[in-house]
Amino acid sequence: MSRLQDMLEAGEFVVTGEIGPPKGIDTHEMAEEIEHLRGKVAAINVTDIQSSVMRLGSLIVSEHLVREGLEPVYQMVCRDRNRLALQSDLLSAAWVGVENVLALTGDHQYLGDHPDAKGVFDLDSVSLLHTITTLMGGKDLAGNDLEGAPKFFPGAVVTPCAEPLEPQIIKFEKKAEAGARYFQTQAVYDARHLENLMKQVEKFNVPVLAGIVLLKNAAMARYMNSYVAGVFVPDDLIAEMASVKRKDAKKKSAEIAGKLIKQMKDLCQGIHLMPLGWTDTIDDVLGHAGLA
Amino acid sequence: MLVTKEKPISEIVAALEGADRIFIVGCAGCPEGWDSGGPEKVAALADKLAAKDKQVVGTAMIDFLCNKALVGLRLGRLVDTLKQADALLVVSCGVGVQATAAMVDLPCHPALNTLSSAGFQGLWPSAERCQQCGDCVLSLTGGICPVTTCAKSLLNGACGGSHNKLCEVEPDRPCGWYLIYERLKAQGRLDNLKKLIVPRDHRKFDIMQKERGTIRWALEAED
Repeated sequence: MSRLQDMLEAGEFVVTGEIGPPKGIDTHEMAEEIEHLRGKVAAINVTDIQSSVMRLGSLIVSEHLVREGLEPVYQMVCRDRNRLALQSDLLSAAWVGVENVLALTGDHQYLGDHPDAKGVFDLDSVSLLHTITTLMGGKDLAGNDLEGAPKFFPGAVVTPCAEPLEPQIIKFEKKAEAGARYFQTQAVYDARHLENLMKQVEKFNVPVLAGIVLLKNAAMARYMNSYVAGVFVPDDLIAEMASVKRKDAKKKSAEIAGKLIKQMKDLCQGIHLMPLGWTDTIDDVLGHAGLA
Repeated sequence: MLVTKEKPISEIVAALEGADRIFIVGCAGCPEGWDSGGPEKVAALADKLAAKDKQVVGTAMIDFLCNKALVGLRLGRLVDTLKQADALLVVSCGVGVQATAAMVDLPCHPALNTLSSAGFQGLWPSAERCQQCGDCVLSLTGGICPVTTCAKSLLNGACGGSHNKLCEVEPDRPCGWYLIYERLKAQGRLDNLKKLIVPRDHRKFDIMQKERGTIRWALEAED
């Protein structure tokens, strides 16, 4: 049974973390990141060819976490695999004990390091959730019986700062109907944005984890404002990051994240922390948030 | 010439749910040549709709519905009749449906599926594009094609990369699903966005050998 599912269904406040597999097979840093998160989070997201930059796969790293006695959230995007491969990977995941699956459409391949690749998008986030639900019911997408149905705890993503927000809300409902049992949000840096989202999705009665991405420096914040869809970092946070010396950036970043979590924790059912490698800040972040 | 095929009448009637008064526009270009459109087919469709308790308030044949200026001009003369209609049924390829939908405020529904034409792209005098997917969804999407306007050809709504009306792939590229959202909102049909579109049948993108063997296909190959 997924602990993430247990906790959310019991109404417990949840913190999840995230690691990004490396580009290559030297996993020393990833192993350190994993250890930083051990015992501190309910589950660890493993990103799937994040930002369309080719790297080690999310399924094998998710399996690694299971073998390490940790609980993964296996992120799955629709950009790189068709329905045959996605269903097969879902069965593989269930077979090795991976239960939490986060269904994503995936960034467009133009945004990554292989912009000349063919985008697949045979399924999308909604039809992937529908696929997961179908497999759990003992059938594949073609209607064939499975020998042994897999069990999953399917999740999905919502962007609280998208402008306009209404299409996101409609898609939230659609994802919930297709089988999403919880949501985690795109990075949110303003509690008012989260509050606005929560007001509109409350009625669907699906738990939401607010997405917190650690700010590494002011330039990164400005970059996200300009180039990452649906991410908005307020000027005062950018100024705060700009006010500290480079060696103090990590400390300040954890302080800001903790402060944001403190403002947001009563609005939602949990936090999804995306440390972007700075997993060693976890104690600091949770301390500032009052969650340690 | 584009290759088109009539949608089953049951699918057309289902798409027209809630719309009782229908105006039918037919393209006198490719569908007539392909025998899936033309005045006789339009008259036959009108009869079929009447048999399903729909009131056909009028019909019009226009040469090449892909030409938006011509569509606007011709339909402009029929404003009084169009005002009596709840929806338009468009007997053309996907481009014609989109061009018509861009020129009138009423919901426009495709009567045909546009099949693959082995690379032949038809007549494109304007911005609308049809990818010849063989399973036209324009009925649900306000007459704007998600297959050609969305960079990922998504069928279930905007992805997380849609922001400020723009797509994530290029700074000035409009998000197709935003355009669809706006159109449906203006028509009071946002509920359409809640309908799950299950994974499409990609065989419909292909033309099976038995179709290629028909006389029409052979003539087409001669072109």
